[in-house]
Amino acid sequence: MRYIEPHGHMVSRTTDDYQAMALAGCKAICEPAFWAGFDRKSADGFYDYFCQLTQHEPNRAAKYAMPHYAWLCINPKESEDMGLAKEVMAMIPEFLKAPTVLGIGEIGLNKNTRNELKIFEAHVELAVRHNQMILVHTPHLEDKRKGTQLILDALKANGKVQPGRVIIDHVEEHTMAAVLDQGYWAGITLYPESKASPQRAVDMIETISAQRVWLNSACDWGHSDPLSVPKAAMEMRRRGHSSAAIDRLIYGNPAEFLSQCPKFISPEA
Amino acid sequence: MSDPSSSSNTPTRTRDEVTEAHFMEARARLLDLAAFLDRLERASGSDDHRVRGLRAALPVLLEKDPARVAKILNLWSDPTTAPIEKADTKAASGVWPKIK
Repeated sequence: MRYIEPHGHMVSRTTDDYQAMALAGCKAICEPAFWAGFDRKSADGFYDYFCQLTQHEPNRAAKYAMPHYAWLCINPKESEDMGLAKEVMAMIPEFLKAPTVLGIGEIGLNKNTRNELKIFEAHVELAVRHNQMILVHTPHLEDKRKGTQLILDALKANGKVQPGRVIIDHVEEHTMAAVLDQGYWAGITLYPESKASPQRAVDMIETISAQRVWLNSACDWGHSDPLSVPKAAMEMRRRGHSSAAIDRLIYGNPAEFLSQCPKFISPEA
Repeated sequence: MSDPSSSSNTPTRTRDEVTEAHFMEARARLLDLAAFLDRLERASGSDDHRVRGLRAALPVLLEKDPARVAKILNLWSDPTTAPIEKADTKAASGVWPKIK
């Protein structure tokens, strides 16, 4: 079995996790910038984080023969401070030149505030201006449905976004169809409690769509499982899905989306 | 709508096969839910919005509707549409706090 982990917060994981993922068949990892669990006090903290994502983490992954890619932004949880957000966003173009940066992400909303929305729109404009792909985080739990709609409206209002170059992540049963219907890719995040289980993810694949969809673990410092993508593959196998269908979903789909960025080298090309 | 034709690759299964594969897992989760409600009964105080939301979702389980998960997620969702001025927390609780 081979797969791509298209959304993993590896700065939060141990080297043992890299090893376990490699043993499970992971061929490449993509890491969007996110919240560290606390608010950083200055833009310098983000500068160091972007260096970690573009220099240090690829070296860790390389020890297990896995290419490591990054997406950059200031996450929605720290976007409430618009002054800080603008300072951080001003640094991003410099890092977009790095050979492993795939685009802008994970941008989006957290509590659906006005400031979060303004910074989301500014990130989208930044991505359009630099011809970057976009990875979108949708809010958690009770805030997801409303936030997803605000995000879809903002992307449409921009007018220059190509939906096929945008993935809207953390979809669930009540938001997935709306995302796909507007031409975007959809990401299903597998979390033990707060998002989709592998079983629910496979139900969504079976009943909504397996096209323009990827699965990810979003493994971070919270309750999460870096092997949840291969566990979803096991669930598919258990239900009788073919090896080709599984490979298409967990390797082919993310490779197809990510290959729209010329920096992404399909690992088994 | 999205592409339900993707399910053309979905293997067909009988109810017996689905039951065989998933019954014990569902049984265990139902007992855990019952135990949680029992634990609440033994505790003092009243239900907060999360528990009210959980109780409101229980009848959905018995409906003849193949979209139970989406229905429950919608039930727990913030139904408003405009962005809020400012949040007083970074965290979501799982159920919209103003649920009846």
